[in-house]
Amino acid sequence: MRVVIAEDLFLLRDGLTRMLQAHGLQIAAAVDNGADLLAAVTADQPDVAIVDVRLPPTFTDEGIRAALAARREVPGLPVLVLSQYVEQLYARELLASGSGGIGYLLKDRVFDSGQFVDAVRRVAAGGTAMDPEVIARLLARNTGDGTLAALSPREREVLALMAEGRSNAAIAQRLVITERAVAKHTASIFLKLDLQPSDDDNRRVLAVLAYLGG
Amino acid sequence: MAVLTSPRRTNPRFGPQAGLVAATRGVAFAALMAAGMGLLTLIVAAVLLIALGAGILFVGSGGPHEERVLLAFLAIGTGLSLIRFALPATLLGTRRLARLTRQLTGDWCGVPIAEWYAPPPAGKLTYTERLRWLATDPATRRDLRWTAANLLACALAAAPAAIIATGLIEFIGPEFTRLIPPPAFPGNTPRTLVVLGLAITSVGVLAAPALLRAYGLVARSILAPGGEAELELRVQQLTETRTEALDTGAAEIRRIERDLHDGAQARLVAMGMTLDAAGQIIDSNPDAARALVLEARDASVKALAELRALVRGIHPPVLADRGLADAIRALALDASARISLASDLNGRPPAPVESAAYFAVCELLANVSKHAEARQTWVDIRHTDGMLRVGVTDNGHGGAEPARGTGLRGIERRLAAFDGVLAISSPPGGPTAVTMEIPCALSSPKTSSC
Repeated sequence: MRVVIAEDLFLLRDGLTRMLQAHGLQIAAAVDNGADLLAAVTADQPDVAIVDVRLPPTFTDEGIRAALAARREVPGLPVLVLSQYVEQLYARELLASGSGGIGYLLKDRVFDSGQFVDAVRRVAAGGTAMDPEVIARLLARNTGDGTLAALSPREREVLALMAEGRSNAAIAQRLVITERAVAKHTASIFLKLDLQPSDDDNRRVLAVLAYLGG
Repeated sequence: MAVLTSPRRTNPRFGPQAGLVAATRGVAFAALMAAGMGLLTLIVAAVLLIALGAGILFVGSGGPHEERVLLAFLAIGTGLSLIRFALPATLLGTRRLARLTRQLTGDWCGVPIAEWYAPPPAGKLTYTERLRWLATDPATRRDLRWTAANLLACALAAAPAAIIATGLIEFIGPEFTRLIPPPAFPGNTPRTLVVLGLAITSVGVLAAPALLRAYGLVARSILAPGGEAELELRVQQLTETRTEALDTGAAEIRRIERDLHDGAQARLVAMGMTLDAAGQIIDSNPDAARALVLEARDASVKALAELRALVRGIHPPVLADRGLADAIRALALDASARISLASDLNGRPPAPVESAAYFAVCELLANVSKHAEARQTWVDIRHTDGMLRVGVTDNGHGGAEPARGTGLRGIERRLAAFDGVLAISSPPGGPTAVTMEIPCALSSPKTSSC
């Protein structure tokens, strides 16, 4: 799997490169600004781009804009955006940029390299990887106005993991239950929230996110 | 309202159309003058009533004594209550008219006039406090002086319309209707009358822009702020707000220092010690060392989370990235309450103003969720006439009192550093509407939005 990295801090760029290589991923290019990212994704045709939100020259939301531009340039290009902080506002914009192949994670998540590489692979395969903090805030908001009152605590846990973009197998492993139990929970959640069930993992994630996002 | 504004300048151009426009505007100024006179008449009427009462009481004669006393007290009583009502109404009314005049002379005569009023004392004002605030403001005396002087000055503004009307009605009018007798002077043939009428009308039209400008200049000579009393007041106010701004800034820095010291710094020290311990036992007990390393990793995650929260409190990243509207939109997305946002900003206010407005809105929204029990909150951001206006309205149960909580007072104090003001309307039963106004200019329109 070939990866392009856009990160302006040398230490983090280098660390990411080595970590991904250690997990058997191939680094097609590692750049430090948005313009080079656009050039790299068109020239190298990577399987996934990993982009930091803050990039020169303005160090504001360049990375988000570069990611959106890259997806316009190369439609369907999977992009994983990393940030020192997460905002629902940006999550929405990224999710709206096409169906699937989107990740939005806190930089801290690289501390758990196994989970992180898992997220990279998921995004590269057209899936979704939303940061647990984004999901937690979405859930808190929906719990506040009573939307999720019908769900049991266990179902809420499953819903949160599902919204992050995890597959049934991953959810089962995380909650230490069987995959069949997860399937039962998800069916119940979709029924209670009146959502159209879907076998396609990614469609399921997007439906849940759209539901929570209002 | 403590606001120094300099309205934009539009110079009148010459030509028949400009002349007619100027003449019409002159009439509008005359109407303002008449309104001002009406307000003054209230006071004059009250004083006359009191004088009348006194006259009846002391020098009057005829009629039974009791009746005279009753009549006198009736007159004096009516006069006094009229004064009680009319005094603040007149003062505020003349102020409103003077402010309108300042704005219009800028827009119409090309003579912008700066304005400065002493800010009202904080909190809800009693009748006397309100009167004292109005009476001690030198601007009030200036506005009253203008209302009186306007009676004469207005001749300048109204003259063109009068001249044009004379030309049209007195000279050309008789040509068309018998109702108007032609002016009597030797050689008044219909033809000369029309020629004269046209000449007079053109003089009025051509002179109108210049006369309107002259009126503006006279208005400026009286209405423009100046004088030591005012400067002193302004200096005093600036000193107060500056001290408060510095105090707030210093307190913020102390808080940040304490947060860093107790939070992230302490965690980094603990991490260093944990990693050191792991290094010591890594050969003898690899499993325990691994556990320590994982512990250090978790500590670093916590340190990062704390730093993130701290940064949000200092300057929220979305505010830095996208400006006020998107920062509040992000806030609304995180809130469990229903918040709808309407924004009409074509550019960004200066960073300190933006930040002050953002944190004020944060605090107001927090107030709403804590106290108001509102189902819906509306935030409205716009920039008009050199003012950033932010309104926060909720449909909760109302009854918010700036005097009760320190929150609203705090916002008011922080806005004061930017000459900003805060107005609250919160009747029991709701709704509560808080409006903030901060004078500022917007920087160039945003170049990106995605």
